[in-house]
Amino acid sequence: MWSRLWSFRVSYLFMAPFFICFALFIVIPILAAVGLSFTYYNGIEPPRFIGWSNFQYLIAQDLLFLKYALPNTFKFAVIVGPGGYAAAFLLAWLISRLRGSLRKWVALAMYTPSLTVGIAMTIIWLPLLSGDRIGYLNSFLLKIGFIDIPKLWVTSPELLMNSMIVVTLWSSMGVGFLAMLAGILNVDTTLYEAGKIDGIKNNLQELWFITIPSMKPQMLFGAVMAIVTTFKTGSIGVELSGQNPTPEYAGHLIVNHINDYGFIRFEMGYAATISVFLLILMYFANKLSWGLFGSKEE
Amino acid sequence: MLALSVMMILPIIYIFNHAFKPYHELFIYPPKFFVQEPNIQNFVELFWVTSNSIVPVSRYLFNSLFISAASVIGVTIVSALCAYPLSKHPFPGRKWIFATIILMLMFTPEVIQIPRYLVVSNLGIMNTYWGHLLPVLALPVAVFLLKQFVDQIPDSLLEASRIDGANELIVFVRIVIPMCMPAIATVAILAFQNSWGNVETSMLFMQDDEMKNFPFFLSTLTNNLANNVARQGAAAVAALIMLVPNLIFFVILQSKVISTMAHSGIK
Repeated sequence: MWSRLWSFRVSYLFMAPFFICFALFIVIPILAAVGLSFTYYNGIEPPRFIGWSNFQYLIAQDLLFLKYALPNTFKFAVIVGPGGYAAAFLLAWLISRLRGSLRKWVALAMYTPSLTVGIAMTIIWLPLLSGDRIGYLNSFLLKIGFIDIPKLWVTSPELLMNSMIVVTLWSSMGVGFLAMLAGILNVDTTLYEAGKIDGIKNNLQELWFITIPSMKPQMLFGAVMAIVTTFKTGSIGVELSGQNPTPEYAGHLIVNHINDYGFIRFEMGYAATISVFLLILMYFANKLSWGLFGSKEE
Repeated sequence: MLALSVMMILPIIYIFNHAFKPYHELFIYPPKFFVQEPNIQNFVELFWVTSNSIVPVSRYLFNSLFISAASVIGVTIVSALCAYPLSKHPFPGRKWIFATIILMLMFTPEVIQIPRYLVVSNLGIMNTYWGHLLPVLALPVAVFLLKQFVDQIPDSLLEASRIDGANELIVFVRIVIPMCMPAIATVAILAFQNSWGNVETSMLFMQDDEMKNFPFFLSTLTNNLANNVARQGAAAVAALIMLVPNLIFFVILQSKVISTMAHSGIK
């Protein structure tokens, strides 16, 4: 065993720099957080061990969580995850078919929205969706006679979720999209020529039989990133509606719930419990995508 | 396609226009999309505000640029070094390590802030550039992305160069890196974006004001103004300043990607 480890010393040496940082700043804190999930910890007193009761409370008694956070997250993730993923792939494919310099600019146009988080988000979308007649969307729809009264895009509980989904989709062409674009551009061009000889007639066939199979690793990456980012989304509802918690908890996602307990009620132990639960949820969503895109060795 | 990309970019153009609008246009009804009387009053306002701060703005800017540059270089090297063995060397514990990386990718960052703070303070890197740099150096996404690209390099190519007498480092530098250029450029974009907009390290690990970075400084100016009138113009400019370096970086690297693909002899 030791000689086997020693024979791969170069591999370990290569990985060492990453692993030291990874262990220090990611693994240790996460293990600590998992440990905290079994305690009562308010950030001031030392953590007190309380066993499984945080988890019991979460799945049995936490009404806000069961009634709003969980269903909202599911609804949000089911639409934004696969939707954003499919859109990212299709756009990457279409862009890869454009020529030279045009390709660069269109890629830029698609990618920039994912950069606009935080301040930029509020500056763009608040005036656009604001609930009075002044909002861009309202004033436009009123002008063309589509609606009679201004709609409360971000403050009414029925519409907030839809606004959140639209804005998230708009900004979802991030790293997954870039990876898939690079993946498509990386496909060996001789394969296409070979495909033509073998009787591939149109672009769709080419996409299905050559492009997708040869970029499976990027497809998988895109899928995992789509899952991770959708489940981790949280602040958007608060940013759009300007209220925390969101009106009637319409935009209350699991991450909001974590923030609520962690930074408003200062029950860090319970917040850690919710995070662990979210992690388990994402783990199963990921299992699904590995099954679809993973190669056999994984 | 073009119509869609115009739709996507409209809000960005809006940010640009917004930054040049005078106050009476920022709150006009019905709202105008394009600026009518462009002026630089907002920029003046922002710099007037900044000139009153104790620490000169150039210091914040320098901090940000330095940290971003260092982290882009650091992240790409460290991640590529890690991704190559992870993908191509069948060492014991490989699957296990990879599974850990993926799992850690999924954890929500909110709750690990306190443990992280303890780690940083115990390492004694508070108020140093290391404190800015080390926590962002391990980027699981980057390793995952690069690993997926290294997977695509045929084993026979690596084998051939090993027979020709290349050691692992040469294989890595001469073959793996050039073949993954698109991925490396993507990782660089990601790393830049990650550290340029990062206020977490400034907020938690830096007590000295002269060690904080530019985005943090901007966020102190523009906090809580969703319903405010004052400083709305400065906020518009701040948004623009946060966005533009990302755009420039993206454009430079993306054209690099496309040109490498056209010229490399791999295909």
